[in-house]
Amino acid sequence: MIEGLLISVIKIAVVLWAMLTIVAYAVLWERWLCAWIQDRLGPNRVGPRGVLQPLADGLKFIFKEDVIPRHVNRLYYMLAPMIAMSPALITVAVIPWGSALPIAGHPIKCVIADLNVGVLFVFAISSLGVYGIVLAGWASNSKYPFLGGIRSSAQMISYEVCLGLSVAPVFMQVGSLNLGRIVEYQASHGWLVVYPIQWVSAFVFMVSAFAETNRLPFDLPEAEQELVGGYHTEYSSMKFAMFFLGEYAAMFLASALMVTLFLGGWSLPLAPFNAPAKELWVGMAHIGIFIGKVLLLLFVFIWVRWTLPRFRYDQLMGLGWKVFVPLTLANVALSGTALALMEK
Amino acid sequence: MQVSRPQLSLWEKTYIPQIVRGLWLTLQHIPRRKFTRNYPEEKPPLYGLYRGVPTLVRDPEGRVKCVSCQLCEFVCPPKAIRVIPGFRNDAAPDAPVEKEPSDFIIDMTRCIYCGMCEEVCPEEAIFLKNVFSLCGYRREELRFHKEKLLELGGIHDDKIWKWKNK
Repeated sequence: MIEGLLISVIKIAVVLWAMLTIVAYAVLWERWLCAWIQDRLGPNRVGPRGVLQPLADGLKFIFKEDVIPRHVNRLYYMLAPMIAMSPALITVAVIPWGSALPIAGHPIKCVIADLNVGVLFVFAISSLGVYGIVLAGWASNSKYPFLGGIRSSAQMISYEVCLGLSVAPVFMQVGSLNLGRIVEYQASHGWLVVYPIQWVSAFVFMVSAFAETNRLPFDLPEAEQELVGGYHTEYSSMKFAMFFLGEYAAMFLASALMVTLFLGGWSLPLAPFNAPAKELWVGMAHIGIFIGKVLLLLFVFIWVRWTLPRFRYDQLMGLGWKVFVPLTLANVALSGTALALMEK
Repeated sequence: MQVSRPQLSLWEKTYIPQIVRGLWLTLQHIPRRKFTRNYPEEKPPLYGLYRGVPTLVRDPEGRVKCVSCQLCEFVCPPKAIRVIPGFRNDAAPDAPVEKEPSDFIIDMTRCIYCGMCEEVCPEEAIFLKNVFSLCGYRREELRFHKEKLLELGGIHDDKIWKWKNK
């Protein structure tokens, strides 16, 4: 009992620490990549080649003056950044970041909460993330944040539908909502992304994830050119940083989910890595493989951001409701039929 | 002018081919040579006639070329220059030059780098050199006096030695 509790606490501490580190470095990674894509040098002053930049950024944010405008609703204004950050931190609990670590005889599962409804839990919590943005927009009591908040809520609700529907074929093929089991299925049967019936799912999931995390080409809630800074216009100092980190944490989570659902999680199609670990080093390697895949997807997120222009608002809604919703519905029906035929 | 609207196929209408081309383009830029530079360590290349800070120069014999005629002071559009004329104290009896400024002040917070002082100088004593980065904690630090200006200017490699054979 005590032992299990202790292991959980250690797992939570390690995962949160690792996640926040990756999120902080995702910011640096983004700044580097955007600089390189634009033929610039990028941050290279703090520490060797600029690798300590996140520390400097964090220190700067903490010591900056925290301005609370007089016209805001103070309670909601304070609450919004906390809410924006927390869903990503909560949902990381069900992501299997490795198979198992066999320590002292018994294997320790590399997931904080091994829920049987893992995917549903993720969707339920991550859609709460919109409250942070809407509250920020509302509490700021000024027009640009308000418009950003409105846009964000409409966008997230629309794409939630596609996001939920796009993963239905995954459950139909695997037969489980448990993220750990989905990864184990992929380890033994091959990654889901190699099955043609999952291609549409993977594509729609990826695009919806961009919309859910408010990343370009769908970053309408904070469209700088139209809305100044969007929902975080009135925020400064560490409160702004919380929104910023929340966006990257959501991005990290979307990447982790994409890896778990379609790209085989911790598995590689090679002999010791395609089954749950029996030895410690394999378990460690699985964690490394998972993080590597997530970093690769983070690269894709950033790469797309610095390539594509922003969608117009009606195009965004049109894409969501007129293209993706019918497409995912058809995809559910078609892949369901295909799976039923294959089983016969 | 008439721009023909191309007929897009269904595949092209999804924008996916163009998105892929865009992604390929940005990917190619990542390993490319960068256009920006590590500024304070790597200075930008300046061409020879660059108009930076105005400086006073000495002739190859080490003599201050300025004879404090004050033409630059009169011509200076923002009135940044102030010349305080004086006699050469180390003048040899046979020296052809009688005057040099006892102080020469250029207020760099006013200078507009137009180069008119250089143009007007009959003695070719003032030159705009390629120093361009100025900073100071107080305004006084940016009022350059004679010593500072001579130090920045250095010795000018004259082709014609005006005073040599007079």
